[in-house]
Amino acid sequence: MLKIENLHVSYGGIQALRGISLEVPDGKIVTLIGANGAGKSTTLRTITGLVKAGSGSIRWNGEELLGKSIDKIISAGIAMSPEGRRVFADMSVLENLRIGAYLRKDKAGIEEDIQWVYSLFPRLEERSWQLAGTLSGGEQQMLAVGRALMSRPRLMMLDEPSLGLAPLVVQDIFSIIREINRQGVTVLLIEQNANMALKIADLAYVLETGNITMSGTGAELLANEKVREAYLGKNG
Amino acid sequence: MQYAISILLSGISLGGQYALIAIGYTLVYGILRLINFAHGDVFMVAGLLMVYLTSFLGGILPPAAVIPAGLLLAVVLTVVLGFVIERAAYKPLRTAPRMSVMISAIGVSYLLQNLATYATGGLPQMYPEVPGISSTVTILGVPTKVVTVVTPILVVVLVAALTQLINHTKVGMAMRAAAKDFETAQLMGIRINAVISATFVIGSFLAAVGSVLYFTNYPSIVPLSGSLPGLRAFVAAVFGGIGSIPGAVVGAFIIGISESVIKGSSWSIFSDAFTFALLIVILVAKPTGLFGEKVTDKV
Repeated sequence: MLKIENLHVSYGGIQALRGISLEVPDGKIVTLIGANGAGKSTTLRTITGLVKAGSGSIRWNGEELLGKSIDKIISAGIAMSPEGRRVFADMSVLENLRIGAYLRKDKAGIEEDIQWVYSLFPRLEERSWQLAGTLSGGEQQMLAVGRALMSRPRLMMLDEPSLGLAPLVVQDIFSIIREINRQGVTVLLIEQNANMALKIADLAYVLETGNITMSGTGAELLANEKVREAYLGKNG
Repeated sequence: MQYAISILLSGISLGGQYALIAIGYTLVYGILRLINFAHGDVFMVAGLLMVYLTSFLGGILPPAAVIPAGLLLAVVLTVVLGFVIERAAYKPLRTAPRMSVMISAIGVSYLLQNLATYATGGLPQMYPEVPGISSTVTILGVPTKVVTVVTPILVVVLVAALTQLINHTKVGMAMRAAAKDFETAQLMGIRINAVISATFVIGSFLAAVGSVLYFTNYPSIVPLSGSLPGLRAFVAAVFGGIGSIPGAVVGAFIIGISESVIKGSSWSIFSDAFTFALLIVILVAKPTGLFGEKVTDKV
């Protein structure tokens, strides 16, 4: 379980997170929704160690993550698929997957997991030798997710996986996220597509200008009047 | 005819020596987007280390062991120097604007030159003769030093090994990833500082090997001995497309051969003018060089 308590983060004099607390229970899909600039990405980036926190705590199965180096945090079983996919464009699909397993030493396990990722994303197997930069947006997103899975995470964090993708492709990505979760990986998802995210989430938090203003199950927030107005573009 | 062959031979040899320096510029630029202005001076220090080490070791080792031990120690110490420069002068500035790091590099360059002036008292130091490569052979009827022949072969071997390292090893994969995207590379668990250190170690190693070859041909070392070869190698790296290893090698051979041809003509004094005019022409006409990345980046 990931437990964040009273986390403050600021950069360049701007307070990005003003004391948020949230929990990601094992085996669940948890989503963080909110407008652009609310601090969603900052939250994920602070968990991975890319951004230094001001104060507060992030505990992963009881162990404090703040102050740890990024590679230690990843070895502890946390992976992230970054916003904008960020695949290594001039490496092949297969190389991208291998680099996802950079910290692992179990060769046989890595080969097994490549096959596992290919079974989740058959399209990637077809394009195994293609350079990642030549893939379509949806395929690149699949690769970014697959690459993150290659570290065998117990917590998978996804930053805007639906960004810029066609609706049908978004459906695909979301069904894969559910599948990954069914196979035992805890998911922390941040999305601007609140509708889709809330539908698959067990637990959801609303983030507004660095504060958590609402939380509940996905279904509860989907039904909530304020959420519907602010994030789902629906009245009544 | 013989004159032409001898000019070509010395051009190829010079080009190979520049190539070994140019790779250091291009590797560091590829990862840090930094022109490491101290690199040429590291090359000079490698030469001086050899001078001082052989004279020191001459007193404690049997004569036959002095040169090999000196070579080994000079290379190791140069690698350590490259590593220390990065840790002390560049790493603390990792999040500072790029201009600050560049100024720091210029500072390191002057520091090394002035330390060398202090150590040598400003007097030229004679590079020791390295047995095997200092002797003379006859190629196509032209007498030349063995080093002239050894250089291009050694460059090919080292570049092949480096390419292998970069394309087929884990550390190479980490270097390629870090060169493209620092942050995502870190998300894969790559320790960026270790990769950067590895880059400086490789660059300094190649510069040290280059210094052995270069100073065997031009055995007089002064504190500014690294400055011009460094600048020419830098032009070679830009010409080939900075960030590209094949580019640096091809660029270096072109610069080396051109320099040798011009020095062999009646336009001799214009050889550096030609090299730097070439730099201006490339930057104006094709800033990405022969093999450079398509993304333009302010140098």
